[in-house]
Amino acid sequence: MKKMLIIAVMAILSLSLATGCSKGGSVSTDGSTSMEKVIGSLAEAYMLANDSVSVTYNPTGSGSGITAVAEGRCDIGLSSRYLKAEEEANGLTATILAYDGIAIIVHPDNPVAALTLEQIAAVFTGEITDWSELGGESGSIVLIGREAGSGTRDGFESIVGVEEQCAYRQELTSTGDVITTVASNPNAIGYASLAAIKDNVKMISVDGVIPSEDAVKDGSYKVQRPFLLVTKAGSELSADAQAFFDYITSPNAAEIISAAGAVPAN
Amino acid sequence: MLTKNASKRRTAYGLIMKTLMLAATTVTCALVLFLIGYVLVRGIPNISWKLLSTSPSYLNDSIGILPDLLNTLYIVIATLVIVLPLGVGAAIYLNEYCKSKRLVSAIEFASETLSGIPSIIYGLVGMLFFCQFCGLQTSLLAGSLTLVIMNLPTVMRTTQESLKTVPNGYREGAFGLGAGKWRVIRTVVLPNSVDGIITGCILSVGRILGESAALLFTAGFAHTLNGFIEGLSRSGASLTVALYVYAKEQGEFEVAFAIAAILMILTLLINASASWIGGYFKRRRTR
Amino acid sequence: MKRSDKKRNIRGRKNKRLERAIHGVFLLLGLVTVGCVLLISVYLIISGIPAIREIGLIDFLFGKTWASTAEDPQFGILPFILTSVYGTAGAILIGVPIGFFTAVYLAKVAPARIKSVASSAVSLLAGIPSVVYGLVGMLVLVPAIRNIFNVADGASLLAAIVVLSVMILPSIIKVSLTALEAVPKEYEEASLALGATPVETYFRVSVPAARSGIAASVVLGVGRAIGEAMAVMMVSGNVANMPSLFQSVRFLTTAVAGEMSYAAEGLQRQALFSIALVLFLFIMLINAALNFLLKRKKEG
Repeated sequence: MKKMLIIAVMAILSLSLATGCSKGGSVSTDGSTSMEKVIGSLAEAYMLANDSVSVTYNPTGSGSGITAVAEGRCDIGLSSRYLKAEEEANGLTATILAYDGIAIIVHPDNPVAALTLEQIAAVFTGEITDWSELGGESGSIVLIGREAGSGTRDGFESIVGVEEQCAYRQELTSTGDVITTVASNPNAIGYASLAAIKDNVKMISVDGVIPSEDAVKDGSYKVQRPFLLVTKAGSELSADAQAFFDYITSPNAAEIISAAGAVPAN
Repeated sequence: MLTKNASKRRTAYGLIMKTLMLAATTVTCALVLFLIGYVLVRGIPNISWKLLSTSPSYLNDSIGILPDLLNTLYIVIATLVIVLPLGVGAAIYLNEYCKSKRLVSAIEFASETLSGIPSIIYGLVGMLFFCQFCGLQTSLLAGSLTLVIMNLPTVMRTTQESLKTVPNGYREGAFGLGAGKWRVIRTVVLPNSVDGIITGCILSVGRILGESAALLFTAGFAHTLNGFIEGLSRSGASLTVALYVYAKEQGEFEVAFAIAAILMILTLLINASASWIGGYFKRRRTR
Repeated sequence: MKRSDKKRNIRGRKNKRLERAIHGVFLLLGLVTVGCVLLISVYLIISGIPAIREIGLIDFLFGKTWASTAEDPQFGILPFILTSVYGTAGAILIGVPIGFFTAVYLAKVAPARIKSVASSAVSLLAGIPSVVYGLVGMLVLVPAIRNIFNVADGASLLAAIVVLSVMILPSIIKVSLTALEAVPKEYEEASLALGATPVETYFRVSVPAARSGIAASVVLGVGRAIGEAMAVMMVSGNVANMPSLFQSVRFLTTAVAGEMSYAAEGLQRQALFSIALVLFLFIMLINAALNFLLKRKKEG
């Protein structure tokens, strides 16, 4: 009995050792949940081409990704908002990887299809509380937002001009959660990364422009923000991290980035 | 007249109480049936070999839960390997060695306290102590160590209970033959309390499988495929954490229900085997 | 003769030393639990105190606004405390009657077969992972609340209360059941012989005799409800509002879990540890009550 147990444990250990030893270096990324699809695709493509390196991604949110890189807990921070002045003063630099639209989304059955920036601001600050005021069926508007610290929330609120004034009904901690919540409630309105939108929600045109990759690229869609790679200025990345960094900022990666729904910067 | 009224009241009282009891039991059973049925019906059609045998891929836009399954297995193995000696040893100390009543009650109080602490607090302290202070980072090992503390009381209690059922005559007989204390424990007491240890193991496995809050900050949410040793030092999602991420963060409800169905089936198996083992040893003992 | 004596002596001494070493090892293993409790308490106190000192105990506990990332951050956790208290009270209000009557039925009335099936169903309920409760709550309960009560959004305190009341059922049923089964048969037989009906006997004799066990089950339920995080996080909307039945709310547990992953170093993070400390104090209070009840049961 005891012997068999020992043999079984040894077998498991040796098996896992055999499967585990092949990998070499690793690159860790940490930050924005909006960048999940983009960075996930890039990491996967990179790992397919470079067998010996593993790239990890920790979806925590822009704020904590920036903190993580500043504290040296990860190689590359991911942020979907521009760095604040004090963060740059702390010795961080940002490289733009891509641009992403922030789509304003409603339930597919909602007849409202177009809003102006002013109307959106009025909705999110609570000046307009009923869909009938916007030409829809009557029903009180349910505001779905992101948690404080989210790059999407920061981008949305600063572009629309409603910082710290939003009276959300729900504050959710990820892009996907906002989309599913809006998709399940006919009175909801929310915002989410264009790259992540599925067809279970309807995108609203802002000032007459429907969000799309082209509209983001030529700047006609106003609610957009950058996807940034945050690194420490002055200190060098490890060889593996630098190689990954070079790969994802090269023109070769552009196709993967646009397949993931964002607009490549390079 | 008065007695007639009183007897009427008594019948009514009996009737009301009976109805309430039946209603409550029906509600409870209906809830269980609904939960099992709903999760299995929505989950099982989504379980496919492809889901079970692949890793998630952004490039192919597909989801697989093999890494989560393996991570769960690794966490279960690592936790049990550490918690068993600790829990069984503590139980032996309490039952066989410790003579100071005050120390016994202190240790028992500590173990009761541990079993009352909510898992989110374990997660927080695990993150502070194992991930940051001990420098393990967010890794499966840090998650397992956190779960060790959580499951210590369970293993301790079940082992202790079965140690108590070993008749004192066995011990005295062995002592009389000249055996030392350690020898008696090893050869007489422990083999006779295997059932408690196994029950403790099964209960712990159940608890580990169902745990999510304590793992969120200690083991992280990566979905990469790793070997055992390497996996322990890396961040990885267990099935429950993966369920949370797929349901709440990504809105992939098909996958979430598939995982929920798997967890439900595992829970059924664990409960069945726990009661089977309890019955098996009871039968053997009475024979 | 003398030689073999000596040999035995040496072996005896060796054995003694070994025994003593083993005794020491087991002592250490026994003390691990105590060490863990100390570790947890010390860590929570050390990491929870700084923010409370900076914010001020009164402002922290009784402040009504939580705006941890605003320009001028505010850390008042009264909404969380009240939500946890109301949520737990609500869950007890729904869960205890159902659990109590089920336990009485199973302990006294139910035929053996039904009893064993129902008991294993209850164990199963205890074994279901909390995220599964959250998932079902999110997809069944939240839309149902929106439709039934005709409110704008179903993610609310009510949804959390319903989920919690289901989750505490197994603890209540199991502990009450054990207590009811331990009531001496003679009590019931005496009551029946005096002419009481069976139902009267169960509720006027057995239940009072098992009252401290039943009270313990309620306290255990309170502990479970106040400490649950994941299931509640999935159904309650997570906005730091003052509690109200159909509002989106944040519990003590979800306040910690929700912000922990992205909280920046500094006061915000420290404040989360302080919330955990408050939660820990609640739990310790509940544990003390539980211990008191169980002790009394043993003695009585």
